[in-house]
Amino acid sequence: MLAFIIKRLANALLVMLAVALLAFMIFRLAGDPVELMVGEQTSQEDRAALRERLGLNDGLATQYVRFVVNAAQGNFGVSYRNGQSVLPLIADRFPATLELVLVATLISLFVGLPLGVLTAIKRGKWYTEGLQFLSIVGVSLPSFVVGILLILVFAVVMGLLPAFGRGDVVQIGWWSTGLLTPSGRAALILPSIALSLYQITLVMRLVRAEMLEVLRSDYVKFARARGIPRWRIYFRHALRNCLMPVVTMTAMNVGSLIAFALITETVFQWPGMGMLFIQAVTFLDIPVMAAYLCIISFIFVMLNMLVDITYAVIDPRLRDAR
Amino acid sequence: MLEAAAQAVVDVRNLKVEFPGRHGTVTALSDISLSIRPGEILGVVGESGAGKSMTGLAIQGLLERPGRIAGGEVWLGQKRIDALDDREMERIRGREIGAIFQDPLTSLNPLFTVGAQLVETIRQHLPLGKAEARARAVQLLRDVGIPSPEERVNNYPHQFSGGMRQRVVIALALAASPKLIIADEPTTALDVSIQAQIISLLRRLCKEKQTAVMLVTHDMGVIAEAADRVAVLYAGRLIEIGPVEQVLHAPRHPYTKGLMASIPSLGARVEKLNQIDGSMPRLDAIPPGCAFNPRCAFAGPRCRRERPELVTIGDGANACWLNAGGTA
Repeated sequence: MLAFIIKRLANALLVMLAVALLAFMIFRLAGDPVELMVGEQTSQEDRAALRERLGLNDGLATQYVRFVVNAAQGNFGVSYRNGQSVLPLIADRFPATLELVLVATLISLFVGLPLGVLTAIKRGKWYTEGLQFLSIVGVSLPSFVVGILLILVFAVVMGLLPAFGRGDVVQIGWWSTGLLTPSGRAALILPSIALSLYQITLVMRLVRAEMLEVLRSDYVKFARARGIPRWRIYFRHALRNCLMPVVTMTAMNVGSLIAFALITETVFQWPGMGMLFIQAVTFLDIPVMAAYLCIISFIFVMLNMLVDITYAVIDPRLRDAR
Repeated sequence: MLEAAAQAVVDVRNLKVEFPGRHGTVTALSDISLSIRPGEILGVVGESGAGKSMTGLAIQGLLERPGRIAGGEVWLGQKRIDALDDREMERIRGREIGAIFQDPLTSLNPLFTVGAQLVETIRQHLPLGKAEARARAVQLLRDVGIPSPEERVNNYPHQFSGGMRQRVVIALALAASPKLIIADEPTTALDVSIQAQIISLLRRLCKEKQTAVMLVTHDMGVIAEAADRVAVLYAGRLIEIGPVEQVLHAPRHPYTKGLMASIPSLGARVEKLNQIDGSMPRLDAIPPGCAFNPRCAFAGPRCRRERPELVTIGDGANACWLNAGGTA
């Protein structure tokens, strides 16, 4: 198990180095950083000094190594746009996005898993067919439409929940959380539902397909022949054998949601990383973009590792192998 | 007959199984009657699709929908079990009827230790605590010949070889000391050398514990080695049943004769293997009269008209007009 984790870690490190190279290349491809940073009137000497200070006169390899060493310490340079250090800028936005994504993921699992099992074991009943149909609607509706509909119904017409913002937040160290205040929790409801709807339908359809497969297996039939009650077979024997693809998909989706929550964040004016990134693209703020790329990749790589370890926890056959 | 039925572990009477479908109802089993006494192994043979496995599934109440028991009775001791609902059958399956499946590689859940699966089965049916159930699990593994069972009980199925896994499956079937075990092709997926071990294990346990065994197989070698009596199925019908020596060496039904003649023997190397011409009819196209008549060399007009009943001759019985005293 330990050797397995070390191997995975080494793999992850290689991937991160490659990503860092890509991020580093953005700086070179997007033009001369000095030109992007200085104004029209800056003198030639000042430019040269800045170039020297940024280390742009060194060889490419040296610059790359320096970039990696700095990035590993959380130093992604300063934003071209407002001269602030990049990492605090992102750290400021990150908790909002992560809380939104985690709550949306939890909702999708707690709703999607039981619905998937139900639609598999009660196949052909009118209500499961109805759920199947609704799930197609859920997959096809874009999240901004869902968001706007939710705002219309629950915020504008009924006035039950806030339509935008994060509500009150509490600072715990550098982390700001909205989970501890009533207004923060209320503000989370609509965006997390909008974000999770697609996930719910995905989880449900995946679990259904896997369950139908597993319920045909010999060990399920044999469990029936051993006199194990139906519900125990469904939830203990069958569901656990369906979990691998669900774990993979959920983890990968957490990554995508963090990276692409920007649409939902825009609709709900959610102060997360997505909005920061949109602004960075508009202003060609390369350090922010590079840092964003590295951090998102880091999250993906970590999730991937977590998935592999979870596999080994779920399936004993994978513990001895590899 | 009455006396035999009274002491039988399982008594199947005129069992009929139907599958309603879009193009009409298919009769998969028709008029199957058989019984098994304590400590007796009844071999059930026939071609693929003859209804061997289906008979076992019908007894266990495990027919896949839309299949259903459309007639006849299944008695387990003094209890009639063919009309019980699923919850009542859950108390009988595993407790009174154990099952052994064909492929030991797929019949165990890969995510649980064999101990967990044994304990689960034991505690489902017997009023034992965790520690007692575990001790019983270890004892069961010892009974089926698994070395160092105290350690192996914590292993996962993939850590066992195919033959060892089938022993685990047998231990699971025996977990609650059932009176009847239905073994569906228990050796088909195993190496020949392992087959003999599993068969002798099954036979020893059956005799020791006085368990009745229904041994479904298409392998005549297995039948010759293990069975006390043999039932031959053809197109969902029972055509001959009797003691193993009689059915194997002096078969009375023309189909059984053909079946026995078609087994190649090790001693004599022949140019051409014997075979029965034609193939078994599909279940939705069984000819009138005797189901075997289109392939039978002795078929007469009556065989194409009337279905022969099972007629008892000596200690066996068969369904053929030739043996019914009349003319074919």
